[in-house]
Amino acid sequence: MINYLLTEEQEMIRDLCRQITDEKIRPVAAELDKTEEFPWEIMKVMAKSDLFGLYIDEKYGGMGGGILELSIATEEFSKGCGGIAICYAASALGTLPILILGSEEQKQKYIPDLAAGKHLAAFGITEPAAGSDASAMQTTAVKKGDKYILNGTKHFITNGGEAEIYTVVAMTDKSKGSRGASIFIVEKGTPGFTFGKKEDKLGIRASATNELNFVDCEIPAENLLGKEGQGFIGAMRVFDKSRPGIGAQAVGIAQGALDHAIRYARERKQFGKSISSFQGIQFMLADMATQVEAARALVYASAREVDSGVTKNYGMHSAMSKLYASDVAMKVTTDAVQIFGGYGYMKEYPVEKYMRDAKITQIYEGTNQIQRSIIALGLIKEAAGS
Amino acid sequence: MNIIVCIKQVPDTTQVKIDPKTNTLIREGVESIINPFDMYAIEEGVRLKEKFGGKVIAITMGPPQAEAALREAISLGCDDGILVSDRAFAGSDTLATSYTLAMAVKKIETFDIIICGKQASDGDTAQVGPGIAAHLNIPQVTYVKHIKEADEEAITVERMTEEGSEILRSPLPCLITVVKEINEPRIPSLKGKMKAKKAELTCWKAIDIDCDDERLGLNGSPTQVVRIFTPPPRAQGEILEGDPQETTSKLVEMLKDSIQ
Amino acid sequence: MSIKVIKDKCTGCMICTRVCPFAAIKVIEKLAVIDLDKCTICGACKEVCNFAAIDIQKNPKKTQDIEKYKGVWIFAEQKRGNIQSISYELLGKATELAQKLGVEVSCMLLGHNITDKAQELISRGADNVYVVDSPELEHFLDEPYSKILINLIRKYRPEIVLCGASAIGRALVSRVAVNIHAGLTADCTELDIDETEKILLQTRPAFGGNIMATIISKNHRPQMATVRHKVFKEAEVDPSRTGKVIIENFDKSFFKSRTKMLDVIEEVTSMINIAEADIIVSGGRAMKGPENFAILEELAKVLGGAVGASRAAVDSDWMPYSHQVGQTGKTVCPKMYIACGISGQIQHLVGMSSSDIIIAINRDASAPIFQVADYGIVGDLFEIVPLLTKKFKEALNK
Repeated sequence: MINYLLTEEQEMIRDLCRQITDEKIRPVAAELDKTEEFPWEIMKVMAKSDLFGLYIDEKYGGMGGGILELSIATEEFSKGCGGIAICYAASALGTLPILILGSEEQKQKYIPDLAAGKHLAAFGITEPAAGSDASAMQTTAVKKGDKYILNGTKHFITNGGEAEIYTVVAMTDKSKGSRGASIFIVEKGTPGFTFGKKEDKLGIRASATNELNFVDCEIPAENLLGKEGQGFIGAMRVFDKSRPGIGAQAVGIAQGALDHAIRYARERKQFGKSISSFQGIQFMLADMATQVEAARALVYASAREVDSGVTKNYGMHSAMSKLYASDVAMKVTTDAVQIFGGYGYMKEYPVEKYMRDAKITQIYEGTNQIQRSIIALGLIKEAAGS
Repeated sequence: MNIIVCIKQVPDTTQVKIDPKTNTLIREGVESIINPFDMYAIEEGVRLKEKFGGKVIAITMGPPQAEAALREAISLGCDDGILVSDRAFAGSDTLATSYTLAMAVKKIETFDIIICGKQASDGDTAQVGPGIAAHLNIPQVTYVKHIKEADEEAITVERMTEEGSEILRSPLPCLITVVKEINEPRIPSLKGKMKAKKAELTCWKAIDIDCDDERLGLNGSPTQVVRIFTPPPRAQGEILEGDPQETTSKLVEMLKDSIQ
Repeated sequence: MSIKVIKDKCTGCMICTRVCPFAAIKVIEKLAVIDLDKCTICGACKEVCNFAAIDIQKNPKKTQDIEKYKGVWIFAEQKRGNIQSISYELLGKATELAQKLGVEVSCMLLGHNITDKAQELISRGADNVYVVDSPELEHFLDEPYSKILINLIRKYRPEIVLCGASAIGRALVSRVAVNIHAGLTADCTELDIDETEKILLQTRPAFGGNIMATIISKNHRPQMATVRHKVFKEAEVDPSRTGKVIIENFDKSFFKSRTKMLDVIEEVTSMINIAEADIIVSGGRAMKGPENFAILEELAKVLGGAVGASRAAVDSDWMPYSHQVGQTGKTVCPKMYIACGISGQIQHLVGMSSSDIIIAINRDASAPIFQVADYGIVGDLFEIVPLLTKKFKEALNK
């Protein structure tokens, strides 16, 4: 790995997360992939190790770091299991709307428990008919006195059913289109808020993906984050910050598969020699390693930019990191299966799981087609502005 | 409740391999770790502190590099670390080691329980824990797999034996050695790791612990290693490959007379 | 003691750096340099040096009248009034050592209503049995047992004291050795007498069994050692042998124990204790899960054996710890050891490599287990093991 000149504290985070990955995640990854059981035990270990607060201000009980710290942790966990890692990272995604739009009172009320990992969070935006086109959203929030009444269905929600705190995007004024969306905090257990079916997925199977159903669900008006109408722009700001984390997940999955491939190539003998002595394999490994490193460099650079607070329009770069890293993850994990040959195709060996886990990183938090649109739009805006 | 945990830094023996050509140990890349059994001792000490209050002091005898083991112990919840380190200790066997550690423990004013791992993974002697208890003339219970009860006066523990276990009650202060069944050591917290990095460790040399020089290091060690060698390999056996029906039939044929 | 490199002789050939178990030697500018913080003066470097360039000075120091110490003694471990088999293993070895030294073999037997068991020890080779029989000694307790042993050793001055490396033995003699300032070597797998010096050569595995070390206690008596269970063969029974039974009486104060025994819990297990089994069928990581151990149990049943497990299998909670074979588990010495899906890490090998016949079943032909195996089958254990069960059943007419 390139020396990214991380601080001592960042190196400490990496070491700690690596220990958790080796001791707690790797031994159960294959089993949880099979059973789809939510990794509560591991979430508790991460919580006790202060890792849910990495990117949260110390005044709310966090460790005072930023998106780079969150990315380092997510990357390390993903080397062992992309599914378990996303349970961790999705809580950050659900927390970010409160950090970005929330009032001091809202932060004081919700953030400390999230920073301590006592509660997990989830972010609810996607709907059956509103995937890439978020403006097609059907869920509504109607103000009635000091309450909002929520109705509608969110689906494909990571941590759905397991999280305690949900940040949910709903239309407060449909006539305004995307400018009529708002974000609300909804606590698990609120009457009228129930969970639908848990999805049976190709990959990241240790994570829970669930439907959220709102039927005349009453929530206090003070649970509105920011102002009415800030929902869509708020969500974009959340994703601008969270995308390096998905990039980090992709880098971790790719690195994990590459590590397996290198080890296997050294052990596997064909034609009387270790297959790592064949140039065909060597060139594949060289390309894989170069791509992973390039992806990591982009992810770290964009995470640093987000944290620096210097640039405002970092969204284009965080989209690049997510786009590139996830494409690399798909390619590298597919090649890792190829290096394992027939064994790679079998569930008894670990690499096919990396390939299945990698696919989602090209899809969620905006498909890679949407990322390209964001990047292109950013380019055109930049050119127009200059 | 004040607790002393005795730990040792050891090479990670699970990484040690033999070079088949030269028949020597391959040490490259072998890390130093806290003796795995001592991790259970640390965890049990920290759990007792969390329950009863007080302090956990980790103590180790070893070269200056062993301070890394103490920092790790602090990251896992110990309050202080004491490094007992002196050239005069070099070459100590279990008698001299337990004497030195016992003298260091005496310097620590008050303690209720001393906890040691069952044995160290590099030496596997299991002699230092009971040795410390003998030097201090305090009761000992080895192979503890569960602390059932504890109060200011005494502890009740379950000791693992070959056939099962025994329940014993011992007044404090006492020394226990623990087996891996006793707990599941925690993973350090980030805050713990940061605290450990900054922690100021105490370092004691031979003159600091009021000991008899004749009983230290090589002078104080009755045992002496005279030869080190690699165990002779067994003669190459007969390895069967191919159709399972055939290989199993062949094996059964060869072995059936050895059974009964 | 001191160690130094003779500069004129050292050629910087680096042989010593490779054999040093403690990584204490570096070659700097073609000269071996010893890091005294790490060196334990074990002598491994001196032995391999082709140029006699390493000099070890030993202080000749005779602190005790070692000639006054005579005889080979063992601590005869008993539980619930039954002498444990480790005691017979110790007697077998002790008899051999005593013959080389031309001395007698004596046992220390502590317990309650135990005196009539002394004859069993005599029939297995003891010349003298020192018996301490008292209700307080019914169960092992560290303090009274160690106080009594210390007293007996001081009184009779044996030159060698052996004890089983059992849970009891290790705790007991460590405490004894400290009080009498004796050298104690743990977990020996080989004992012999240096014929010229008349001292005990104690050999034991070190560094997780990767190397063996021979240890002496030249200037201290008694020379004390604990011995692994199942390493030495039990002494044969000879009912015609005679010996002396000496009843030792102690003041009540010797029986006092600050630690009190409240209860004894015997583990209920339907399976045979693997340390005592003649045939062991063991499973490792490749068993994949606890449910698959059933096929090993079937094979073990046909063969009349017990089921063991590697550390990997125990750590995954597929089998209880009491079935673990190896460095951190039990040492076994069965007539036949069948390793199924065990790769053969050194930590496992030290626990089973003295088995009479070792059979390995593994998919990977390069697995280290095949290097110690007398017979091996390369293949899928899930295919091989059931076939073996079926064919053994037929061959053994069961």
